[in-house]
Amino acid sequence: MTEKRKAFKAAFPHTIPIFAGFLFLGIAYGIFMQSKGFSFLWPMLMSMTIFAGSMEFVTVSLLASAFNPIYAYFLTLMVNARHLFYGISMLDVFRGTGKKKPYLIFGMCDESFSILCSTKPPQGVDKGWFCFFVTLLNQCYWVLGATIGGLVGGLIPFELKGIDFVMTALFVVIFLEQWLSQKNHWPALIGLGVSALCLVIFRADQFILPAMAGILILLTLFRRPMERRTMDEAEVQSTDESEKEEADQWK
Amino acid sequence: MEMTLIQGIITVAVVVLGTMTTRFLPFLVFPEGKKTPDYIRYLGTVLPFAVIGLLVIYCLKDISFSSFPFGLPEFLGILATALLHLWKKNMLLSIAGGTVLYMVLIWVVT
Repeated sequence: MTEKRKAFKAAFPHTIPIFAGFLFLGIAYGIFMQSKGFSFLWPMLMSMTIFAGSMEFVTVSLLASAFNPIYAYFLTLMVNARHLFYGISMLDVFRGTGKKKPYLIFGMCDESFSILCSTKPPQGVDKGWFCFFVTLLNQCYWVLGATIGGLVGGLIPFELKGIDFVMTALFVVIFLEQWLSQKNHWPALIGLGVSALCLVIFRADQFILPAMAGILILLTLFRRPMERRTMDEAEVQSTDESEKEEADQWK
Repeated sequence: MEMTLIQGIITVAVVVLGTMTTRFLPFLVFPEGKKTPDYIRYLGTVLPFAVIGLLVIYCLKDISFSSFPFGLPEFLGILATALLHLWKKNMLLSIAGGTVLYMVLIWVVT
């Protein structure tokens, strides 16, 4: 019990920015569905089961068009293809989390991924429970927002315009933290540069898949020099006892 | 809604299935018991950094640089977030500061 409580206490602060963002975006999504004539049960159940923000908005337009489950399936694969990268990144992190693992994978939205890939739980806190509570809290915020939005619909005026910027700010902060923690900045620069370039070339609706392909190609081509740099870093770190201990903890 | 209730439920179920395919596939292909290929392990060490870069750009995808306000609120919001973070290293402060500035800016320009 205390193990869980400790993990909850460690996880909660990391989710506060997401609380603000998800509540607002969730409400916006719920209102959107309500305005299309859906009962609050739809956004509530969809936010619980799909739990992938952008895809839920796309699903609303799927529901409003002709019935075509095969198209829906492949469209979902394309919109959510970035999750493949998240999964590959989390193979090691989720290792040994036992019964919690399926839920951690199920709930790996952009925001949960960004926290879990960049945050180590403090010493003495169980990794599995830490990941579990980050994921669970985020999902609760999202479902809560979507349900509120679906229930109250057009009753709330949109006075908090722009609060969805918390997500952008969150990713910027995580980007910076990662940047400061690493000596090898090439992976970050490749991600940023290739994505920006693809956005200019392919436009907003279609840039993700080319960006993913470009990132993969560059990371593969430069594997040798990258690994050498990462290994150098590991050597520097191994001289620092406290950091090494922390790393072991994480494993 | 054009579909019947059952068709709607099936559509949502298919979207859930598609989303879960993208989330579970790496874990099914590379299960805990088996040794993960070195190439995939390497990707696992570098992808987190690249993907956050992708997510930052993803958030900015709907900005129009050809019409007023030319993405200026986003640019200044990000600049404020980054500077605050380099200065105080307090995640919540940086996010709150950048977001409040952004909200004020779009309130001013619209």
